[in-house]
Amino acid sequence: MTGSDQTLAAIATGRFGYGARPGELTAAAADPRGWLLAQLGRRAAAPAELDGLASGAEILGRFLAAREAREAARRAGDAAAAQQLATRVREVLLPHYLAQAAARTRIALGSAASFRERLVQFWSNHFAVSVDKPICLGTAGALENEAIRPRVCGRFVDLLLAVETHPAMVTYLDNQQSVGPNSELGGRANRRRLFGGGAPRARTGLNENLAREILELHTLGVAGGYTQADVTTFAAVLTGWSIGGGKGRLAQGAPGSFQFRAALHEPGAKTVLGRRYAEAGFGQGEAVLRDLAAQPATAQHLAVKLARHFVADEPPPPLVARLAQAYRASDGDLPTVYAALVGWDGAWAPAPRKFKTPVDFVYSSLRALDVAPQEPKALLAGFEVLGQRQYSPGSPAGWPDRAQDWDGADALMKRIEWSVALADRVGNAHSALATLDTALGPLAGEHTRTALTRAASGSQALALMLMSPEFQRR
Amino acid sequence: MTSRRDFLRMGVGSGVALGLALPGVSFAAAATGQARFVVVILRGALDGLAAVPPYGDAGYAAARGPLAIGRPGGAKGALDLDGFFGLHPSLVHLHERWQARELVVVHATASAYRERSHFDGQNVLENGGDRPSGAASGWLNRALGALPAPRGGGLALGQNVPLILRGPAPVASWAPSQLPEVEPELVTRLRDLYSDDTTLAARLDEATRIGALADEDGGADAGAQRQMAKGGNVERLKAIAETAGRMLAAADGPRVAVMDAGGWDTHAGEGGAEGALAARLRGLDEVLAALRGGLAAAWAQSAVLVCTEFGRTVEINGTRGTDHGTGAAALLVGGAVAGGRVLADWPGLAPRQRHEGRDLRPTIDLRAVAKGVLADHLRVPALGLDEVFPGSARTRPVANLIRT
Repeated sequence: MTGSDQTLAAIATGRFGYGARPGELTAAAADPRGWLLAQLGRRAAAPAELDGLASGAEILGRFLAAREAREAARRAGDAAAAQQLATRVREVLLPHYLAQAAARTRIALGSAASFRERLVQFWSNHFAVSVDKPICLGTAGALENEAIRPRVCGRFVDLLLAVETHPAMVTYLDNQQSVGPNSELGGRANRRRLFGGGAPRARTGLNENLAREILELHTLGVAGGYTQADVTTFAAVLTGWSIGGGKGRLAQGAPGSFQFRAALHEPGAKTVLGRRYAEAGFGQGEAVLRDLAAQPATAQHLAVKLARHFVADEPPPPLVARLAQAYRASDGDLPTVYAALVGWDGAWAPAPRKFKTPVDFVYSSLRALDVAPQEPKALLAGFEVLGQRQYSPGSPAGWPDRAQDWDGADALMKRIEWSVALADRVGNAHSALATLDTALGPLAGEHTRTALTRAASGSQALALMLMSPEFQRR
Repeated sequence: MTSRRDFLRMGVGSGVALGLALPGVSFAAAATGQARFVVVILRGALDGLAAVPPYGDAGYAAARGPLAIGRPGGAKGALDLDGFFGLHPSLVHLHERWQARELVVVHATASAYRERSHFDGQNVLENGGDRPSGAASGWLNRALGALPAPRGGGLALGQNVPLILRGPAPVASWAPSQLPEVEPELVTRLRDLYSDDTTLAARLDEATRIGALADEDGGADAGAQRQMAKGGNVERLKAIAETAGRMLAAADGPRVAVMDAGGWDTHAGEGGAEGALAARLRGLDEVLAALRGGLAAAWAQSAVLVCTEFGRTVEINGTRGTDHGTGAAALLVGGAVAGGRVLADWPGLAPRQRHEGRDLRPTIDLRAVAKGVLADHLRVPALGLDEVFPGSARTRPVANLIRT
């Protein structure tokens, strides 16, 4: 084995994966590119860490029931009971959130296929839902595990369809109550409003949120050539994409699962991006999504995001062109696109161009040390302290992916504090120099080695290792 | 025990002794002006027609239906401003500032952005230009750079620096921590470890300086910080705002700060006088009151601009919320503000008066307001203003926003 193989192995594990675990550099060094490509099998068994997690639909169903009980108490004027029930809504969901976030973290820490795992979380961030919206507290992880994880090495169009029909995305972007003004239920409600007299009522109608974010964030990109009219019409196309359960005329469907409600769907042919779609109920929205996945603007948008995530904040244009071409030529076959990324020589330059996000930093630290707290809250504390709580990007755009979003002065100090706390806990059992070799191999510079050698204690050396410029980047 | 600031002095001393040039902010040299300026960014697009209801507009109640804020005097009605506009009933502290003539309400205002993407809208709001992919630096950073030397530094309240404050002028960021303070000895070793890494070296330097300021002038020692970091969202923001106020009030503290808060994207279940948005506005009102409390006597020299990337639709949508719009409301509050008036060239709410038939039509360029504050409050020279807001030479600063 040569030093150069070790360098490529350190890049494969650190830049493409979540950082080397003990022995992983040696395993990857025989064939670093092959080590990555071998992780892209079209089928992969679900990780054992996911065993026992409740389904998103089940969790959402429980949430809706708890919320309905709270509303009923409110309507009955029982403020104390409503307050108590409001607490219970959170109590219903929080254990699911903790279980999902802990499972995600344990998979990332233990995986021998951390390139694939990074891709799972990349797409989860591309199709972001955020748990700071209460209805998503129990379902953000379910979206990842049910819609994204099984399709991360398939075609983009299948991933897209699975995400947009998952109850987590439908509810995060408020589509479940979006009503066609001329639909069976919408027309009736609006006639009542016009002729019913009395106090002004809300007009029943569209909600643009899901339609806009599919176009802007999930497919074409903000410069992808759509207009406000496209957003509004696409929102009409998507009316009826809802969740099951409800009262009266909305009683059909399993509570919390995706449900197409024909009675809410705006009837008629519609034109989106210049193309006319005949009325086909649910099929109308599906047809638009299929066409969106095939648009060159979508290929370009996804290529930019992948190149930015894996190679550089300002993605090299030749790489973007290569990825977009691979996407178009393969009808959006994702493993083909990933292989184009791995096959681009510029992605293997030793000098790192990505500053680790807090999640990258915590994962790679705990992988290098092969430690993970057992208790979920302790396992997840680091993400919160460093400003990247699991599944809480705060907006449908997901977490940002550039150094300038993460390299604030205070953010650096928080990383130092966290490193010291971790090193104090495990430092005596781990040699900092050995951990440096585990994680970075030949990518670690002499200056850093010297600093570790001269440290005042084993735990101080480890804190310095974690905070070294080489380990802060990938 | 050595305090952070003593350590900082030692650190700087030894750096100089070694002949190292230390980049970063020198707060000690910052006290050129006494004016403090804080920008609060509400991410997600605040519904200006709920925060500042134009109850006197004949179209308001019909467009807003069950979400309309009632007229002043009624139960949960608007807090009256001028007989036409009111404040949302949650904004009680701000209404007191109005009565003290310390609040200017700006309505039907917008940046140069006319599309409806949050993320592009925030980019334009922060880069100060006319397109999302404009300058890589923020207008508030460029304003710092345009100040007469010696300059004050900028402070971002949060772990990282938002675009509005990014750029060549030195800035620091600060947020409370749950973890113990780092030993100065380790910081010295890290400074050496970063000697070939200009970015990390600069960040470390900024962090130690601002940490000392937060500790000593902000009153945020390790114990207080742990309490702050643990609280609920509003309690946490209030504690941060109060600490920030004290840091800004310090004789050698920063003069410009940015704070941001998300969660304003009210597509569904927005509520009216009560409900989701009402609760959030109450939180904002309390955070601003906490900032004022922290500034204490320095409030008299302060101006706070509260703004958002764009407004929301005039009419409510099918899910009792509002979709992305254009014209928005902004607030300018502070002891230095010549307040007690609404700055609006009201376009009206009727469909033909709207932007593209759906949104409040913007009639005041938000950059004109910001330029007015920068010119009269921070005393940014006229020439500098056009660099702060490139391509805005024809957008004249709004005069008389600041007391003379």
